[in-house]
Amino acid sequence: MAKTQIEDINRNIYDFKKEDNYDYKIKKGLTKEIVEEISKQKNDPDWMREIRLHALEVYNELELPTWGPDLSELNMDDIATYVRPKSKLNSSWDDVPEDIKDTFDRLGIPEAEKESLAGVGAQYDSEVVYHSMKEELKKQGVIYTDMETAVREYPDLVKSHFMKCVPVNDHKFVALHAAVWSGGSFVYVPKGVKVDVPLQSYFRLNSPESGQFEHTLIIVEEGASLHFIEGCSAPKYNKVNLHAGCVELYVGDNAHLRYSTIENWSKNMLNLNTKKALCGKNSEMEWVSGSFGSKISMLYPMSILNGEGARTEFTGISFAGKGQNLDNGFKVIHNAPNTKSVINAKSISKHGGKCTYRSLVRITENAPKSKSSVSCESLMLDDISVSDTIPTNDIRTDEVEFSHEAKIGKISDKAIFYLMSRGISEEDAKAMIVRGFAYPISKELPVEYAVEMNNLINLELEGAIG
Amino acid sequence: MSKELLKVKDLHISAEDNTEILKGIDLTINKGEIHVIMGPNGSGKTTTANAIFNNPAYIDKKGQVIFDGEDITNLKTDEIARKGIFMSFQLPEEIPGISVSNFLKVAKGKITGKPIKIFEFKDELKKNMEELSIDPEYADRSLNVGFSGGEKKKNEILQMLTLNPKLAILDETDSGLDVDAIRTVSKGIEMFKNDENAVLIITHNTKILHSLKVDKVHILVDGKIVAEGDRDLANVIEQIGYSDYKS
Repeated sequence: MAKTQIEDINRNIYDFKKEDNYDYKIKKGLTKEIVEEISKQKNDPDWMREIRLHALEVYNELELPTWGPDLSELNMDDIATYVRPKSKLNSSWDDVPEDIKDTFDRLGIPEAEKESLAGVGAQYDSEVVYHSMKEELKKQGVIYTDMETAVREYPDLVKSHFMKCVPVNDHKFVALHAAVWSGGSFVYVPKGVKVDVPLQSYFRLNSPESGQFEHTLIIVEEGASLHFIEGCSAPKYNKVNLHAGCVELYVGDNAHLRYSTIENWSKNMLNLNTKKALCGKNSEMEWVSGSFGSKISMLYPMSILNGEGARTEFTGISFAGKGQNLDNGFKVIHNAPNTKSVINAKSISKHGGKCTYRSLVRITENAPKSKSSVSCESLMLDDISVSDTIPTNDIRTDEVEFSHEAKIGKISDKAIFYLMSRGISEEDAKAMIVRGFAYPISKELPVEYAVEMNNLINLELEGAIG
Repeated sequence: MSKELLKVKDLHISAEDNTEILKGIDLTINKGEIHVIMGPNGSGKTTTANAIFNNPAYIDKKGQVIFDGEDITNLKTDEIARKGIFMSFQLPEEIPGISVSNFLKVAKGKITGKPIKIFEFKDELKKNMEELSIDPEYADRSLNVGFSGGEKKKNEILQMLTLNPKLAILDETDSGLDVDAIRTVSKGIEMFKNDENAVLIITHNTKILHSLKVDKVHILVDGKIVAEGDRDLANVIEQIGYSDYKS
């Protein structure tokens, strides 16, 4: 259904007469008319349309970030191209690059799902599983649906939380996101309800255009708990190369949320994703994050510890190969007494790939007796790869415990020799060492994801070993 | 079948700066035998073990290594291991994120070339760990990570028992160990040893040899074997040292 609507948009906005010798022409830049049209096609309520239009103004005012990876290849005047849904790009299975297809095959992704991930087919239909799960959750008052439905059916909940955790003016891509967002997940867990199976966005029937500007909004009320898993480790292929999603997480007092993602974008993608969590009193917010693929990634999930005794933990890994620049990290604001953060970041780079760990730990005047420990480790698989650590520590109160540890290393020849002396080939020995390095992350993932991540590491390593 | 298991012929190794570390080693080990190499620090003992294993760090190598009738001089380290040679490392590497049990399962699969029967494997591992007084929880710990010196050495012996090679080279497995740990290592060697396999022990002292039937002792000084004899030679060395052999 959504697909049909989107095709209509294309016709309305982009189709030109034949005399131009083009089937259609793209109007450059992102205009008010385009945003209004998106809003109209989505049947947005007025308040949502206003958010979009306001965001567009903010977007036009803000500059590109002046730090981090070079984004100059992104032509912001062509942004309308990105907004244009892929259904109109005449995508077909034949156009999907061979390496992506090959990876699907080797990860063992089912045929129907492959096409969906490549953005060329109908969504993988797991409706049955999804519905039975939904019924069970419904009894407990849990809401789990796509964002568009949430806007329609739960306007008060959405209105009071949407772009409140991540303000529209946070940075240019957030503003862009707010103006053109589409798709994504909405989860509401009522007070005291503990959801004991992980919810996986995988099960949800996404609207076909989602996956580029998708919005995830999760509200875990007081004393409730949830494990949410976003994405899957197969490369998500889009012809257009900008991803600017937004994730807003609200963790109530004494609530617990674990948010796990494996992002594996195709290697033409600029991944500029924004994720934040607002954490209440004695709450616990855990992030588990695997960042694979993409050409440039700027990804810094953030926990804001506003309630006394709130705790957050970040466990993340990035893997950069040839031509990839992954600028990832974590941010935490300690804004109440006795708050605690534990950060474990790892990166692997090979074939000239670049991994940067960029972080912020801010402990405000409001946060005495807080603790933060940061550990980042990088593994470089050759001499041409690059690894960098750029931590910012802003500590404004005396009574804190803070530690920061950074290690940069290579796979040692001695370790390889040791494993080879046990009958393990050089290639397997290296893969074993890399998998072991990633183990603290993979052990936090549900087993099927951990297996996929290991497969992914093996695939990424192939050819890295000479 | 010949009784000869390992034959090292005129083995030379030179360092990058062209100094010769091994200056022509000859060594023959038959099935069923226990050999000992003793020598002062820096005499080339560890280099000999590594050279047999074709450590890629040694670029300048001459000579020949025959194992079980096959020339293995230029095989890769993992291929040599799969032929049936094992080495207990003086300083075993720490490998985070790979448990002892998983590591051994993979290694055993590679060396036997057969799929591992999980329950059989676990039972055997448990039994061997008991024999070597290793805390069972070590099976699930990362390989050698945070292990004490003694625990690392016992873990090497556990690997030897699990992988069951034809030839085990033990490079200073006893050094830095207390009396009890040395006894455990000796016990492991006794459990391993039979008429079809062989052991080459590289050591500084004779404590580890007490309960073992040693067939031959080689004295290595300055990259050459300068004396050979039965186990009495080891006792003599322990008393008077190597000064008689130094130039």
